[in-house]
Amino acid sequence: MTAAVFFGCAFIAFGPAFSLFIFTIAKDPLRVIILIAGAFFWLVSLLLSSLVWFIATKATNAQDLTLQKNLLIFGSIFSVILQEVFRFAYYRLLRKANEGLAAISEEDGPPLSVREMAYVAGLGFGIMSGAFSMINTLSDSLGPGTVGMFGDSQYYFITSALMTLALTMLHTFWGVVFFEGCERKRWWVIAVVLCVHLMVFSLSLLNPFYVASILPVYAIMLLMAVWAFFSSGGSLHNITLLWTCKTRLKPI
Amino acid sequence: MVSLFDSIHSLGDLVKLVTSIQLFLFFCLSDVSCNSVAQKIYVELNNTVPCVRLLNATHQIGCQSSISGDTGVIHVLESEADLEWPLSKGPNPPYMVLLESSLFTKSIMMKMKNASSRVAGVVVVQKTSPPEFSPHTTCPNENTGVYTETYDHNLAHCNTTVWNPRGNGLSYEEFDSPVFSLKEDNETEVIKQCYFDHNRVVNGSGLQYPLCAMQLFSHMHAVTDTATCMRRSSMDFSTSPVMVCDPLGGYNVCAFIRPYNSTAFGHKENESVVIAAARLDSRAFFLEDSTGAEGSVSGFVTLLAAAQALREATQEAPPTRNILFAFFHGEVFDYIGSSRMVYDMKNNMFVIDLDNVHSILEIGQVKTCISINVWTYKCMDIRSNNNESVTNLVKNLQSSTAGLNFSLVETDFSQPLPPSSFQRLLRARAIPGIVLADHQTDINNRYYESFYDNAAHLNLTYPSNLSPEEQLEFVTDTAKSLTEVATAVARALFKQAGGNNSQVNKINADPKTVTQMLYGFLVRSNNSWFQSSHQANALTYLVQYLLANLTGTATNLTQSQCKKPDELPNESTYLYSYLWVQGVVPPNSTQRESFCVRTAVRLVKAVSPAFDLGDYISKEYSTWTKSQWKFIKARIFLVASRDLEMLTLGVGVAVLFTSLLVTYFVRTKADVLFSSVREPNNAAY
Repeated sequence: MTAAVFFGCAFIAFGPAFSLFIFTIAKDPLRVIILIAGAFFWLVSLLLSSLVWFIATKATNAQDLTLQKNLLIFGSIFSVILQEVFRFAYYRLLRKANEGLAAISEEDGPPLSVREMAYVAGLGFGIMSGAFSMINTLSDSLGPGTVGMFGDSQYYFITSALMTLALTMLHTFWGVVFFEGCERKRWWVIAVVLCVHLMVFSLSLLNPFYVASILPVYAIMLLMAVWAFFSSGGSLHNITLLWTCKTRLKPI
Repeated sequence: MVSLFDSIHSLGDLVKLVTSIQLFLFFCLSDVSCNSVAQKIYVELNNTVPCVRLLNATHQIGCQSSISGDTGVIHVLESEADLEWPLSKGPNPPYMVLLESSLFTKSIMMKMKNASSRVAGVVVVQKTSPPEFSPHTTCPNENTGVYTETYDHNLAHCNTTVWNPRGNGLSYEEFDSPVFSLKEDNETEVIKQCYFDHNRVVNGSGLQYPLCAMQLFSHMHAVTDTATCMRRSSMDFSTSPVMVCDPLGGYNVCAFIRPYNSTAFGHKENESVVIAAARLDSRAFFLEDSTGAEGSVSGFVTLLAAAQALREATQEAPPTRNILFAFFHGEVFDYIGSSRMVYDMKNNMFVIDLDNVHSILEIGQVKTCISINVWTYKCMDIRSNNNESVTNLVKNLQSSTAGLNFSLVETDFSQPLPPSSFQRLLRARAIPGIVLADHQTDINNRYYESFYDNAAHLNLTYPSNLSPEEQLEFVTDTAKSLTEVATAVARALFKQAGGNNSQVNKINADPKTVTQMLYGFLVRSNNSWFQSSHQANALTYLVQYLLANLTGTATNLTQSQCKKPDELPNESTYLYSYLWVQGVVPPNSTQRESFCVRTAVRLVKAVSPAFDLGDYISKEYSTWTKSQWKFIKARIFLVASRDLEMLTLGVGVAVLFTSLLVTYFVRTKADVLFSSVREPNNAAY
C-alpha cells in the first residue's frame, strides 16, 4: 500500500524476533553462529521439499488447478515433516558440537546449555521461516495499491504479518520443547510438535477466513509458550517470586 | 571440536549457494500460475497511447507525469456538468478522469488543466467520433511558410484565409499531468467494471474504501525548450552521450525517373527537373495515433499511383525533362522535410540544385469531393506565381483532365497558398508550381490533424461479407476517384516534362493499386500485398518499398548479389539502389518468391537544418524535438483508506515497543524465572 503499511507490517512480523535478537543473542558470538546455522538448516529443509514439489508440478499438467492446489498441500505437508526432521538433525549436530565446545572453552563445561541452544536454534528456524513468508509480501506493500482487485480481502497485509509473527514465535517454542524432549528421551514430544505444526499449517489453509485461522493459531501459540516456559525451567513459583521480589525491593 | 569448526566453515559456503537456489526457485516461473502478491494487486494496461512532450525553440507542449507516476481515484465523466465532482465536490482527490472521445473538448481539458491539484491525469477512451474536432492550430505552420512580415505580410498569419477554423490548438497546449488514450476493448471494460464496483456514489452514503485507482507513468526527460535540452544532452562528455531529446524528422523518399550519380552533388548542366511532391506525415494529439487519411494518405497514394502510371511511358519514350517524385516527411512540424531538401539544394548537398528545378506540382489534400451524385467531382487547385510557366502548367493539367470525371477550378488570385511543401521552395526561389487540393478556401477537413481522420472519414466502406484478402482487392469509390486524379497528375507531369503528346492517353493509373494502398495504409497494414514488398511497419519504409516495386525493375540477382551489386558488370550503386523484395507466396508452396529490384528510389535524411547549424532558436527552420523517456505504463489497483494504513503502522509500532519492553524485562529477570535449572557456570548472560 504505502510506506506506512510497509513499516507497520515489518514491525508486526519481525518486531519480537528483532527484540529477542537484540537483547539475548547479539552479544554472544556463539549464539549468533548457532542462530545462523539454525536458519540455514531450515533453508535446506525448504530447498529439498520445494525440489520435490517443483518436480511434481513440472511432471503434471500445469493447467489443472485443483491438481496443482493438491500438489501444493502435499508439498507443504512434506515440507513440515522435513522441517522437523531437520530440527532433529540440528539437535544431533549441536549435541556433538557441545562436547567439542566444552573441550575448548575456558570454563569447565560447555559454554552454552542445551536449553539455550534449543532456544537459539528455534529462533533461527523462526526468523528464516518468517523472512521467507513475509519479504515478498512486504516488498509489494510499498506500492500504492492494496490487495482486493480480484476479490481478496483488503486486510491481506496485516494478517500476513500477524501469521508470520505467530509462526516465528511458534518455531522458537517448538525448538525449546523439541530439544528438551530429545534430551529427556521423551519421543512423544517430537510427535506432538509435528502434529501441532501440521495443525497450524492446516489452519493457514483456511485463509481468507481470517477469524477462523488467526485466532486459533494465536491460541496454539499461547499454549506452546506456556509449555516452553515450563519445559525450560520455569514454574508458577518463579512467577510469584518475581512479584514478591518486586514488592520486597520497593521499600528499599 | 574440529568437526564443529569444519562444519561452520563449510556452512558459510553452502549458505550462499543454497540461498541463491532458494531465491531462484521462489521466483514466479512462467508455467506455474503462482500467485505473486503483485498479481493480486495490479492490473497492467497494455494498449495505451500516451501524449508525449515536444519542444521547440520557445515552448514545450504535451504532457508529462511525475517521476514516480501519478495516482488518482478513477472517475468516469458522464457529461461536462459532471466535472464538478473531480474539480470541487469529490472527497477523495486527486482524481483520474476517464472520458469518452465525445467529451474530449478544449473547454473540458482546460478546466482540468487549471485544477491540476485535484486532477492527477486524464484518460481518453476512443469511442464515437464527435461531429468535428481538430486539435491543431488555426493557422498551421504560420511562421515557416512563404508569407512572412517581409513578404506579402497581408497574407501572413492567416489574415485573409484562416486555414483551420475548427482548430482549438489542444495539441499545442502544455499539460502538467499525464494524458493517455485507450481503445474500447477488454481493458477498458475492466476499468469501467472496477469503477462501477467500487467508486460509484450510492445515494445517501458516502464512498466506501477501498476505491479503484489508476497510476500513469509518462515521465519526460526534457524540459523548457529545444536549446535547453540540446545543451543538457551534450553536457555529458563520455563516449556515449546521453540524449535527453531527439530532433523530429525521418526520411524523405525521393525517386528520379532518370537517376543521377548519387555522389555527384550540386548543379547539373542542362538538366531540368519537374518535382512532383506530396507529404507523408500527419499528427494527432496522441502522437502515435496519427492516421491522416484525408490529410496526407490521400495525397501520397495518389502520387504513388501516378508514379506507377508514368513508369511505362517514361521508359518507352523518355521525356526531355527529368521528373523527381519527392515524398516529404515531417511537414506538419514546420516543414522539416522540404526545408531540408531546399537547404541541401542550396548548399550542394543534393544531386541537383535550385537552378535545375523547372516547376513543381504538389498534391495536397485530395479526398473525394463528394456531392449527391457520386460521379460528379469538382476539384480545386491553387497556384501562386504569376509567371507564364504557371499558366502552361495549368493548361497541361487542364488538358490532362479531358475524358476524366472531374474538373479543375483555379482559385481566385487573392487566395494565398495553403500550408504545403511548395511554400518552402518558394521561400528559397520563385519557382512556378501548383498545389492540388480539394478545398476552395479553408481546409474543409473536419478532423484535420486528429485521430479521427481515418478510413471511415475517407468513406472507405467495404461490403460486410468480404474476407480481409477480398477487402484488399475490392475497389472502393474513393479509390476510383483518387485513380482519376492520379491519371490526371501523371499525364500533366508527362506533358510538363516535355513528353510526346501522342503517348499521353496511354498513361492511366491503376485503380487496383490505389485501393490496395488505401486498404494497407488505413485499414490493415498486415496484408499480403504489403507483406510481399517489405515486412516493415514504418510508413517511410513502406512507401520506399512500394515506390521501388511500382517503378523499379526486377532483376535476377541473388540475395547476396543484391547486397553488393557493384561486383557485377552492369549494375551500379551510384545510380540505383538495390532492394530485396519479399515477393508473393505462390499458391502451391510456402516459400516466398523473393527477388532483387533495381530502383532509383532513395531515402534522404530529413532532419531540420537547424540541428546541423546548431541554431536551436532558429526562426528560419523547424526546431521541433521530442523528449526521451524511460518507460511509459499504466496500471489500475485498489487503494485503501488512510485510516487502515495508520492503524497498521500504529499496531506495528505498538508490537515492536511491547516486545522490546517484555524481552528486556524477561532477560533481566531470567535467573529468577528459569531458576530451577541453573547450571554452575551459566556465564553467557
